[in-house]
Amino acid sequence: MCEEEEVYCPELQDTTQGKSLGKTCMKCKESSAVLLIRAGDAFCKSCFKEYFVHKFRATLGKNRVIYPGEKVLLAFSGGPSSSAMVQQVQEGMSRDAPKKLRFVPGILFIDEGTTCGMSHEERQQNMSEVQNVLQQTGFPFYIVSLEQVFSLPGSILQRGVPEQRANYKQEVDRFMVQQQAQGETGCSDILENLAKLGVNVSESSRESDKMFQSTCRHPPDTHTQKLIQLFASAKTLTAKHQLLHTLRSHLILHIARTCGYSKVMSGESCTRLSVSLLSNISLGRGAFLPLDTGFCDSRYGDVDIIRPMREYSLKEIAFYNRLFHVSSVFIPALNTKVLENSSIQQLSEVFINRLQADFPSTVSTVYRTSEKLNVSKIDANQGTCAKERCLLCLSPLDTQVGEASAFHATQISHYISQKILMKFNDPANSSGKSCCQEGKCCKGPGYGDFCQPRALQAPSFVDMLCYGCRLTVKDLQSLDALPQYVLHEAEHRSRRIEMRKEIEEFLLDKDEENLH
Amino acid sequence: MPVNCSSCEERRAVLRRPKTGHSLCKDCFFHAFEEEIHHTIVSAKLFNPGEKVGIGASGGKDSTVLAHVLKVLNERYAYGLDLILVSVDEGISGYRDDSLETVKRNQQQYELPLKIVSYQELYGWTMDQIVKQVGLKNNCTFCGVFRRQALDRGAMMLGVNKICTGHNADDIAETVLMNFLRGDIARLRRCTSITTGSEGAIPRCKPLKYAYEKEIVLYAYFKKLDYFSTECIYSPNAYRGHARAFLKDLEAIRPSSIMDIIHSGENLSVKEDVRMPVQGTCTRCGYISSQSLCKACVLLEGLNRGLPKLGIGKHHKLHHKLLSQEPLSEQEERKLKAVDF
Ligand SMILES: [Zn+2]
Ligand SMILES: [Zn+2]
Ligand SMILES: [Zn+2]
Ligand SMILES: [Zn+2]
Ligand SMILES: [Zn+2]
Repeated sequence: MCEEEEVYCPELQDTTQGKSLGKTCMKCKESSAVLLIRAGDAFCKSCFKEYFVHKFRATLGKNRVIYPGEKVLLAFSGGPSSSAMVQQVQEGMSRDAPKKLRFVPGILFIDEGTTCGMSHEERQQNMSEVQNVLQQTGFPFYIVSLEQVFSLPGSILQRGVPEQRANYKQEVDRFMVQQQAQGETGCSDILENLAKLGVNVSESSRESDKMFQSTCRHPPDTHTQKLIQLFASAKTLTAKHQLLHTLRSHLILHIARTCGYSKVMSGESCTRLSVSLLSNISLGRGAFLPLDTGFCDSRYGDVDIIRPMREYSLKEIAFYNRLFHVSSVFIPALNTKVLENSSIQQLSEVFINRLQADFPSTVSTVYRTSEKLNVSKIDANQGTCAKERCLLCLSPLDTQVGEASAFHATQISHYISQKILMKFNDPANSSGKSCCQEGKCCKGPGYGDFCQPRALQAPSFVDMLCYGCRLTVKDLQSLDALPQYVLHEAEHRSRRIEMRKEIEEFLLDKDEENLH
Repeated sequence: MPVNCSSCEERRAVLRRPKTGHSLCKDCFFHAFEEEIHHTIVSAKLFNPGEKVGIGASGGKDSTVLAHVLKVLNERYAYGLDLILVSVDEGISGYRDDSLETVKRNQQQYELPLKIVSYQELYGWTMDQIVKQVGLKNNCTFCGVFRRQALDRGAMMLGVNKICTGHNADDIAETVLMNFLRGDIARLRRCTSITTGSEGAIPRCKPLKYAYEKEIVLYAYFKKLDYFSTECIYSPNAYRGHARAFLKDLEAIRPSSIMDIIHSGENLSVKEDVRMPVQGTCTRCGYISSQSLCKACVLLEGLNRGLPKLGIGKHHKLHHKLLSQEPLSEQEERKLKAVDF
């Protein structure tokens, strides 16, 4: 293989507990190196730290999506990657940081213990461990149980309105002027400053903190039972994973919205993202790769998901955490203790790791491939359906594709395999060319269903989903176990679409997003 | 316990469809399989009446089933196509003899004309001679590149308008995965399109694009079609092998994975600012190529000059020398001569 060497995700040579390699650091040319990045690049401890910190700042800096004074929610799972992310934010907020980060952080931990059958006691123990770690950060934090999805409002599945922002530079200037006007005292705490500016950080979040903590301490037993039922109704582990991911995303969005956070930081490493890329392709989510794995995911409109750890490899993170004593909390998850072939997500992970062992450029190559992808043009298509979004993942629907597509071919296969609405071998109504035009299909009357624009019929629950979410829902025994907010929003949407159809001829701007 | 066919609900089911999981009787399966291909052909507007269509026939299951189904559909739906089998003889002793026999039998069974084009006739080299010079490790580069062109050149000789190949859904899903893992954005973008080929070249299409490999085997089995197993006898490239194994595992977990991956591939879109290689034509043979010399011509040049490595690595810088028939420097020669086995 003559692949180019890549610098994104350096493959680290694991050395024993930071002992010297007998080489000199290639950066400072003085200290002895403690680790190797890829072939030959030896770093000493302090240069590695500089490199690691710089990467975090550079990732945020080059993308320029976080505005000064903005509230940013750090999604913390307890794992090494999100622990390192929280630590990087702390680092950037510390008094001696060269260029302080100027946003206002808060941390969110979601307890998902119920989904992997943990007892109440085990969950309590995990949560108090998490609490100990988070308390030390000095940031406001929220610990919430996944059960809370059963009290979400239907509006969570509606796209929010993006806040109007001036351009980045103007915002920064404005912030600086305000700071100066407040008589900034050299190294005063940024939180205090923001409090003075009227961003009521500590109190508001402490209040909501209490609110969430109280619900999390004792999620109602009925909710726990519902959650257990919901996961039991998923027939495959693959669907359970997707379901968990979906519910978690909704809950994060909910907390962010109710507590006034307009950005969420998610800590996926590039190793993790490569696995997601592969499993998402396998799960029919190809159209959404840039949303599901890109640096900034703005599908929700008012809250953006940001992935600042995406240029670190897992090994790099593990090494950093070990060298600089960043503690993480081990929390069992859905895929703990299962065979490698039990789910598509798990299979993808095992596959990427093995391939990475054979071809050390795998992760960085996959990562680079994803950088060249764009949110599919389906968004830009004409017509009202263009702006319809998946009920569950809020991605622009990828099911408005032509006849000649995998999506359509699959429907035909299912259709042919179970009904007898057409005559066999009937060459009478087959010109071979007029298929699917003007409602007349070469396949006889039975095929008409596929050839008529679907939008004319009342949309069912499944019709409101993207290709990938349909696969997940297909693996559910019934829709009844889904939380109320999902079913409510589906009903709501269906009514809006019906209504729209009635008045369509009177609407002047057909493209207007008015489905919610 | 016997299960009834889920389609006609009368006859006994004899198989479970790998694609959908439904239990079907033989007739309903044949019907479903053929109709789905018909739908693919019609919805993607693959053919026009009166066209001469070459079917790439290797004697393997995919092309055997393709030839059979195209023949059936052409009659059933009066496509008005002039079908012809095109076969390539690489000149691998022992290996092709049986498969070419199969193709010849198919020709008689389906009453389709057959043209066999040989490497010897096209390139002046048989595959056996090539292997002798380049060694086993690198010959797949040769057989892939030469085979692609052989079909085109053969088709051109026959005045064919379109070429059909037997690529099935598994092949396409596998290619999506492979190109993704290799970071080959240009191929990733092209590999799910059902028709390929740019100006000047004969368009190629894949009517079996949405047909599962396992169903192709089932179809051949129940139709008692005669085919020869023609997996490439040399090891496939490493990434393809991995991608194939991964796809098999995926299919075992969720049978729709194959279609799901194709759906993903069809809906990927590439950023506009990503540079795509410009398609041109080979200055020597006129075949489509992003370089001034196509891969086959470079490989041939290498073989003829006794420098087999020429076409294997990336040696674009040497192309002008090859074009102007200039001799290579001693250093360049040394680099290209050594073949590691
Ligand atoms: Zn150093
Ligand atoms: Zn979705
Ligand atoms: Zn039947
Ligand atoms: Zn080969
Ligand atoms: Zn050429």
